[in-house]
Amino acid sequence: MKIHLRYFASFREIVEQNEEMLTIDDGASVADVRALLLVRYPRLQPVMERSACAVNHGYVPREATLHEGDEVVFIPPLGGGTH
Amino acid sequence: MEPFIQITGEPLDRNALIASVTNPGAGGIVVFEGVVRDNARGKQVRYLEYDVYPEMAIQQIREIIAEAERRWNVDRVAVAHRIGRLEIGEASVIIAVATPHRAEAFEACRYIIDTLKTTVPIWKKEVAMNGEEWVEG
Repeated sequence: MKIHLRYFASFREIVEQNEEMLTIDDGASVADVRALLLVRYPRLQPVMERSACAVNHGYVPREATLHEGDEVVFIPPLGGGTH
Repeated sequence: MEPFIQITGEPLDRNALIASVTNPGAGGIVVFEGVVRDNARGKQVRYLEYDVYPEMAIQQIREIIAEAERRWNVDRVAVAHRIGRLEIGEASVIIAVATPHRAEAFEACRYIIDTLKTTVPIWKKEVAMNGEEWVEG
């Protein structure tokens, strides 16, 4: 099945594109996509470890199962802080 | 009443936001305005670049406002965030909250800005004299 990846902030700068389609196995999880991206873009490693994930505009845990056509975005840490 | 939510590359219009929450039942309007500071962690900041995941940011802001409406007696809320390049002193975010009594306006406004900063996918990059970096936490 295919999913739609979009990249923002530090992710966009590292992968050097705004979005791409990725073909993954049926029943794959967010964690599987994360692993695939780390193989494809090893420079994502440090920021990926600190990032959350969103599917179809809502936060999901790493174990979340993906479906055909899902929009998947890794959310690097937000800069707002507590000040 | 539908909250007013705006994500824009243009300068924010404080007066328009206040006007959008003004209503006859309001006893207080609290406005928070976040502005770009010229220093961070000992660095001289030249300017900031904001990036946003727009569809998700709007959805998350909607959820934050809905939660504020559950917790407090909130009449109307307006949230605007600017993206792109911002110079020192420019407003990056403005939140206006109107409530029948003032205490709730302060509390709800504080809740909205604090939660926005931790859950809404908007990132800022500090461009300083000696390099640039995406700000985390």
